Amino acid sequence: MPSYNTSDFRKGLKVQLDGEPYIMIECNFVKPGKGQAMYKCKLRNLIKNTVIDRTYKSDTSIEAADVSDINAQFLYRQADTFVFMDNDSYEQYELALEQVDDAWEYLKEGMVCSMTLFNDNPISVEPPNHVVLAVEYCEPAVRGNTATNLTKPVKLETGAEMMCPAFVEIGDLIKIDTRTGDYIERSKG
Amino acid sequence: MLQARAALLRALRRFFDVRGFLEVETPCLSRDIVVERHLRPWRAHPLDGRENEAKQGDDWWLQSSPEFAMKRLLAAGATAIFQVSHAFRAEESGRLHNPEFTLVEWYRIDDDLEDGMLLLGQLCEELLGKGAASPVSYADAFQRYVSLDPHQASVEDLREAARKFDVSIPPSMSMGDKDEWLNLLLAELVEPKLGQEQPTILFDYPASQAALARRRQGKPWLAERFELYVDGVELANGYHELCNAEELRRRNATVNTQRASDGDSSLPEESRLLAAMEHGLPPCTGVALGFDRFVMAATGAKSIREVLAFPADRA
Repeated sequence: MPSYNTSDFRKGLKVQLDGEPYIMIECNFVKPGKGQAMYKCKLRNLIKNTVIDRTYKSDTSIEAADVSDINAQFLYRQADTFVFMDNDSYEQYELALEQVDDAWEYLKEGMVCSMTLFNDNPISVEPPNHVVLAVEYCEPAVRGNTATNLTKPVKLETGAEMMCPAFVEIGDLIKIDTRTGDYIERSKG
Repeated sequence: MLQARAALLRALRRFFDVRGFLEVETPCLSRDIVVERHLRPWRAHPLDGRENEAKQGDDWWLQSSPEFAMKRLLAAGATAIFQVSHAFRAEESGRLHNPEFTLVEWYRIDDDLEDGMLLLGQLCEELLGKGAASPVSYADAFQRYVSLDPHQASVEDLREAARKFDVSIPPSMSMGDKDEWLNLLLAELVEPKLGQEQPTILFDYPASQAALARRRQGKPWLAERFELYVDGVELANGYHELCNAEELRRRNATVNTQRASDGDSSLPEESRLLAAMEHGLPPCTGVALGFDRFVMAATGAKSIREVLAFPADRA
């Protein structure tokens, strides 16, 4: 695996520390009192999402992380295991529920997601920014009420629950912003 | 921004003018270069490929500060001089660094450490509008923020303090180099606290970090060096200057030994400054002010890029 020298340090660099992948989210060059130059960095763990501070003297090198993003199609869920397929290589990948995290709420068979691989193993998956899902169950709509400020809980076909406007009915297809978890609109399908 | 920059430069020139300082210009391209351990200077050579024939001492350097040439002017009889010049330091790049930057540097003969700090404080108060600068010694600052005596502490004490204060310790720290640990603690625990309420002048550095400052008579572990901090950022560095040619020659040799062990090329130990010092450099104090950072402090800019017409990646 190649490595990066401090002179290559910049935001967005993906590096490996103690066997885990990190992304550099901040990097400040400091040179106190005519001393040796140092780089004060903040790094986010790509698996656990924790943020750590690390300081490096100049001319230090750290290992690059073999991290890549692929397009993967969600095939099916079996208990707490989610199975995806690389759309280019047809290779199948399995992720556990804790790796999929909140994304499970939006995963529907056939959906193409962005999957992050570290050393060829999947570590996380991101659904598309917008998804369309069917409403599996909700209380009946209040007739004549089309105001969007009245909300009620609905259950989606994935099993997830969310708040929707009161006029949404069972069988409706609704469009959701996966980044915020917000209802956007009723979809014509 | 460029207008604010120009206004500050005009004010600086007026500040020195009314105090009888003569504005001078010295070469950016010189045979001499400051001999410093952690400096990566730019070596310049003409295009025709003769650099291979160049012998030791034939090099030309882009100046990392106008220090050598300005001191030669003092040795030649100047009494109070200032200069606005571009300076060049390779591989220094970041929110507070650009490989080419502007220094305002001044010297006055017969000034001691206190006079030098006083003048720097006046400049700061008059031009920055953040109040008077308060002096704090290196030892007091370490006592206050790291709870130890930097001059007495051992490398082990410093490492212990770094752990106690949860400082991220670089993987390649050497246990044989106390200055490295002092600088780490300075950068992590002390500097961010300096100059927050009002500008701060840190003074009386460890002698091992004297650079071109003289040592305190009777207290040889102290160097008569000072730095100005505003909002945690170093703006200026000053010395009650070393005038002894023999000592400079020894320091140069030490620096080159250290550079060799760091894996860096040596820098020329002999210089026209040394020759001038042998002839006689009068006692004096000098200060170099990072003008780009000074503009940042005055305008509230967050990055040096904001105060430069064209930062290095667009130069």
